[in-house]
Amino acid sequence: MTYGYAGSILVVDLSKDKITEMSIDEEILRIYLGGRGLGAYVLLKELGASWENVDPLGPENLLLVLTGPLVGYYPGIKVVITGKSPQSNGVVGSTLSSEIGVELRSAGYDGIVVKGRSKDPVYIYVENDSVEIRSAEKYWGMTGRKLYETLSRELLNEAIRKSKGSAVRETPMIYIGPAGENLVRTASVMSKWFHAAGYGGYGAVMGSKNLKAIAVRGKGPLPRVYDPVKVRTLTRLIQKELSSKFSLRYWGTGHGGYSVGYRFSSEPIRNWQEEWHDNREISVVNFERRIWKRRFWGDFGCPVTCMKVSVVKKCGSVYVTDAPDYELQAYMGTNLGIFKAEDIAYLSAIVDDFGLCGIQTGNLLGFVAELYEKGILTEEDLGFSVKWGDTEAFKRLIEMIVRREGIGDILAEGTFRAALRISSMKGVNVLDYAVQVKGIAVGAHGVRSGLDYQQFSYAASVQGGDHTSAPSEPFDRGEVFTTFADSAIVCLFTISKKYIWDFTRAVTGFEVTQELWTKHNARAILSIQRVLLLLGGPDIYWDPRVHDDIPKRFYEPLPSGPKKGEAASRETVRKTLIEYYKFLGWDELGLPTDETLEELGLKKLLEPLVKKVRKRLES
Amino acid sequence: MVKWIFVDYERCSGCRICEIECSYVHEGKVWREVSRIRILEYIPGVVVPIVCFQCSERYCLKSCPQDAIYLDSDGITHVNSEKCTGCGVCVSACPAHIPIMHPEKNYALICDLCGGEPACVRICMDLGYNALRVVETDDINRNLYLRDVLNVAEELREALYGSSGEKS
Repeated sequence: MTYGYAGSILVVDLSKDKITEMSIDEEILRIYLGGRGLGAYVLLKELGASWENVDPLGPENLLLVLTGPLVGYYPGIKVVITGKSPQSNGVVGSTLSSEIGVELRSAGYDGIVVKGRSKDPVYIYVENDSVEIRSAEKYWGMTGRKLYETLSRELLNEAIRKSKGSAVRETPMIYIGPAGENLVRTASVMSKWFHAAGYGGYGAVMGSKNLKAIAVRGKGPLPRVYDPVKVRTLTRLIQKELSSKFSLRYWGTGHGGYSVGYRFSSEPIRNWQEEWHDNREISVVNFERRIWKRRFWGDFGCPVTCMKVSVVKKCGSVYVTDAPDYELQAYMGTNLGIFKAEDIAYLSAIVDDFGLCGIQTGNLLGFVAELYEKGILTEEDLGFSVKWGDTEAFKRLIEMIVRREGIGDILAEGTFRAALRISSMKGVNVLDYAVQVKGIAVGAHGVRSGLDYQQFSYAASVQGGDHTSAPSEPFDRGEVFTTFADSAIVCLFTISKKYIWDFTRAVTGFEVTQELWTKHNARAILSIQRVLLLLGGPDIYWDPRVHDDIPKRFYEPLPSGPKKGEAASRETVRKTLIEYYKFLGWDELGLPTDETLEELGLKKLLEPLVKKVRKRLES
Repeated sequence: MVKWIFVDYERCSGCRICEIECSYVHEGKVWREVSRIRILEYIPGVVVPIVCFQCSERYCLKSCPQDAIYLDSDGITHVNSEKCTGCGVCVSACPAHIPIMHPEKNYALICDLCGGEPACVRICMDLGYNALRVVETDDINRNLYLRDVLNVAEELREALYGSSGEKS
């Protein structure tokens, strides 16, 4: 057995109604660990040969729910949801906070691979050795909050019944809302009411499989570790270090709505037309006084408690969400010209309940509002006016997107694909207003001011606009380090640079250090992700000479604030990008060189695919 | 005077570090299912910590057909795992259904306050959360905490989300 691992991955084939298990060789685990890394490897092995023909929303795609060796042990819990992304056509390791991670490992599994497509709506129920595909007919169409009143309650009753009536814990589940069911490309996989794996669009992948939810109950202990005494000692040290963090514990990232804009000039305002503001209406003080009903809210093992429970009453109804965190303050707020705390929480609660990614959707809404402002989209196209700051108009748009009504059907394809459609519909190139990279809307961190993200970050990422996976200089940080966090799996807000490598060694017994990770493991994972991303298809293919770039908007000078006039430069982006590729052992197109493939032991698996990409780029 | 664990619902963040600590101390492993203290989150954001309140009624002890539950000299509840047959009578007898069966060894698990200094309380206070604390009193009001957790959760939900919290 391998320390730190349950030793088995469940394989559920929904087309054949068949449940099997697979194990992964220790040699592979040593390199890819779990989560994002292992996901990329499994996808390469299973789908690599026909990648460009795999429809992300077809039965041939796989949906992976993976844990990592640190899940349950290291403070803060995450799982990774992955597969071929319907946004980038590559692989996105999308992280989600859910107790399903610790339950899976306690049930004896390191993850679940879902294949095929069920004829009727189903959910998967796992309880130790017993794995069932159950009908979800009556849950289909439900929003997150309804699902908790029904499915979650029924699972709880079942658990209580099976344990002689004890007041047992709830059965954790991950699920999709109506957005995922309707194959909206900005749909997320949800947990609890408001936690989301947004980047990648895996909610739509779940929907395409007719899979409403996965619920897991594990009754055993976590897998054995290599050095239990050390793990326990380090756990205590890390808990202590984390519990004394002020900002994250008290404010989460909820202070960002004001400070990222004011201090860093890097907050999206009105579809990134500006990045600086001094609007104190969006300050954390208003959120904590008026919205946050629960100040400290953490998931399993997390001493940081960055999540806050928010409650807003509007028109006799109650809207609940977490924080909203900085990303949603920006994307359900400033990016739409909305600065009022209540309105931001209200829109956030709506996207959460529908199972939409707040970042991707907020980016899309801002894009629409700018097209309306510019007169490219009109009231005739939309059915009503969409002006900056008009919360109700944005709410109506969200509903149209979720239901794919009217123009909502086009918008449900995400910012990039919608931009292509609108361009051909209107005969105007609207791609310039789409603030996205490789099909993925950029996170709420701008690059123009030079005080936040770096100019080349989004251009070079294998996960496009994903702000959690942005390369940065020095190159051993940023995306290279994130591949570790997302594979081991550790939350980026609980990771302790001081103890993390010792901790990983104590759990797995693997000789892993930051140097080794940077030199080998990260390069292997990123190389796989990069090649699959460039293989792309079937609807869209990326050309590194065109698409390894940041949104055009970032080349326009900032119009306001202390950094007024600053803009990204094409030379800087290009230069840093090439240096980064060189650092990873890639050529100028960002393709791994023969030597790199040899060195990483990926020659057999990746070489034919690299050749395929080259051939396409040459033609 | 009896020691018991007071639970401050308002302060509990649901981090479940107490569960981790409990299973480490009693079983040497991270094992949610055997934790004597449990954090329930039936409704997202509504966290209900439950643990034996060492009530003065001792419903579990009185109901046990095997005499497997006893009090030590400090008045703390213990389960004799040799005698316990895992019948589950104590679970039904407890108004809050707090005892839980060991999933592998089939005997009842009830908090024994770690002999007087509960590890869960220690870590909760050590990390500055103070959602749990040890109280030493004969106050029979602790008996009133013995209520069906589903009802407790409903009340906490109402306090947090309001009476129309269900409507979306």
